[in-house]
Amino acid sequence: MTETTKPKFTCRDVRVHYGDFEALHGIDIDIPDHGVTAFIGPSGCGKSTFLRTFNRMNDTIDGCRVSGQILMDGEDIYDKNLDPVLLRAQVGMVFQKPNPFPKSIYDNVAYGPRIHGLTSSKAELDVLVEKSLRRAGLWDEVKDRLKLSGTGLSGGQQQRLVIARAIAVNPEVILMDEPASALDPIATAKLEALIEELKERYCIIIVTHSMAQAARVSDKTAFFYMGDLIEFDNTDKIFTNPGNDRTQDYITGRTG
Amino acid sequence: MGQISIYMMLLIAVLTIGGFVYNRSSALGKFRAARAAAGGKMVSSAWHSQASYHGYFTAWLVALSTLAVFIIGLVINGQGMVFNGLWLAAIILTALGVTIITGRKVSGTFRARTYVERFIHGLLICLSVIAVLTTLGIIASLLFESLRFFREVPFMDFLFGLQWSPQTAMRADQVGQSGSFGAIPVFAGTFLIMLVAMAIAGPVGLMIAIYLTEYASAGVRKWIKPAIEILAGVPTVVYGFFALLTFAPFVRGFAETLGFSVPTQSALAAGVVMGVMIIPFVSSLSSDVINSVPQTLRDGSYALGATESETMKKVVFTAALPGIIGAFMLAISRAIGETMIVYMAAGKAANLTANPFEAVTTVTVQIVALLTGDSDFDSAKTLVAFALGLVLFVITLILNVVALTVVRRYRARY
Ligand SMILES: Nc1ncnc2c1ncn2[C@@H]1O[C@H](COP(=O)(O)OP(=O)(O)O)[C@@H](O)[C@H]1O
Ligand SMILES: [Mg+2]
Repeated sequence: MTETTKPKFTCRDVRVHYGDFEALHGIDIDIPDHGVTAFIGPSGCGKSTFLRTFNRMNDTIDGCRVSGQILMDGEDIYDKNLDPVLLRAQVGMVFQKPNPFPKSIYDNVAYGPRIHGLTSSKAELDVLVEKSLRRAGLWDEVKDRLKLSGTGLSGGQQQRLVIARAIAVNPEVILMDEPASALDPIATAKLEALIEELKERYCIIIVTHSMAQAARVSDKTAFFYMGDLIEFDNTDKIFTNPGNDRTQDYITGRTG
Repeated sequence: MGQISIYMMLLIAVLTIGGFVYNRSSALGKFRAARAAAGGKMVSSAWHSQASYHGYFTAWLVALSTLAVFIIGLVINGQGMVFNGLWLAAIILTALGVTIITGRKVSGTFRARTYVERFIHGLLICLSVIAVLTTLGIIASLLFESLRFFREVPFMDFLFGLQWSPQTAMRADQVGQSGSFGAIPVFAGTFLIMLVAMAIAGPVGLMIAIYLTEYASAGVRKWIKPAIEILAGVPTVVYGFFALLTFAPFVRGFAETLGFSVPTQSALAAGVVMGVMIIPFVSSLSSDVINSVPQTLRDGSYALGATESETMKKVVFTAALPGIIGAFMLAISRAIGETMIVYMAAGKAANLTANPFEAVTTVTVQIVALLTGDSDFDSAKTLVAFALGLVLFVITLILNVVALTVVRRYRARY
């Protein structure tokens, strides 16, 4: 079914250089809308680098160049006239280490809406903050302490706070770079349940080093190796009947 | 006697080194003999301590015991008995005795290393105790002399009095003598100059810090940072005459074009130059603080679609704010303790004014003025210097403590 709908991202010959070093050697991939796409592969193979091309976070890294074409809903996101700041409002990102701002829980979530002027009154902002926290599955845990610092929450709560913060700007896509790597198993389970819910609404791309996690949460899986996309297919297929030996070796634990 | 002491000290040094060399070689000799007896198979770890530790052990004991003899000799000599020959002999005999006795103890099981480490430990403790005691001594003398002053002038008259003229108080026929030790004008002057200085150093230093950490390329930073830090290395007396000879006339000229006449020495001239001097304090401390805001926070902000300046203002700056406040407080305590610039450029008249074009005086300037020149060390006029020093000390202490706790709390956050 996903094959017939239009892809969210269309990537053609995407190459990324750090100075003279080519980290990605021409990636072609179509990322479907709605649903979870997982990127797996040994560390250093370029998963994070590729993920950062979708919200142009690579632009903030000195010496990093991206070439090739990436279309989002058919529009070139590397177009000279496109402001990366606006792109990032549509493509949210969650990082490996939870990074709430040293502000109150409320202000963390309200940060994006405030800078983009999404609401016109305090009441509206309150509603948006509550809605975002609810969607991130955090509301019940924090509703009585919205004024307390976001850095005081547990790791798993912080990660969900960061997701609420991203949701609050009403993105279409959420990128997650190993979001569970700093979390304990219970927090990880909660996060995975949340991803399951969010995929109804958002296009989610998740980098993970846990094969089990990729198998649990994703619909499609892309396997990267040394800067190349080796295989991209439905998650079931990748984990039961991979088409490539290297994928096979990796998921059975012989490499990486 | 002074000269003989120096020779004795040299002798003690030589004896100490001698003890080290003697026992180190004796330890080496015994070790080799033991190894030969074991058929050459013994390894150095079979001995608890290496040979040099046996040497150090002897050296320590020699140094301590001969110093003790030396000091005993000093005390006896100080009471008028002169017997240098005996003294010398006692030192040499002590050293030889200690060297030989410790030499006998050298063996594989003797824990020379442990003892040496304990000696060093003890020495370090002594040194830090001395540093602490010195500080306590200074505070005690400040307190003590201040109390003597407050016996003559009531504490409240000093702290809240509006009239400062310690010179006239010297005259015996002066009425209302205590009124002339009111410290308010002096502290007001310090405060006014500090405000002017911080008005310069605060914004400029902060801008520099932000530019250096967020916008400057690595190449630019490499040059600008040391260049700014040179400002902190310029001797304050150089700033002082720069303020007096170059900047103050400029201020006066400027004021005259505006149509009012001002003295050459002014709070403005001293404050601005002092501000320049403390720019590096603010900029380098704040840039350290801004730098230590984790990159992940900036990334989080960029990823939400914030621009560089929004990220700077709303995330980096607020995260760094406690540290920046700490930096400001340290700069302020530097400013109010500064003496040379204000001595040269601010003036000595104790005007109670908020007008920066007027000459004012500061606590530090008054302390210098009170204690230089011929004066009786028991008069209220000199004792008041200790009271001023005490209050200044308390103020800077509070500022430093507050600044450090603020900075520490901020560090603990990540
Ligand atoms: N900021 C950077 N500067 C230079 N090289 C980088 C940078 N980030 C990543 N790389 C290099 O690019 C390659 C891919 O890195 P990354 O995308 O982080 O891999 P992954 O996320 O799969 O572990 C690695 O060889 C890494 O050393
Ligand atoms: Mg990575």
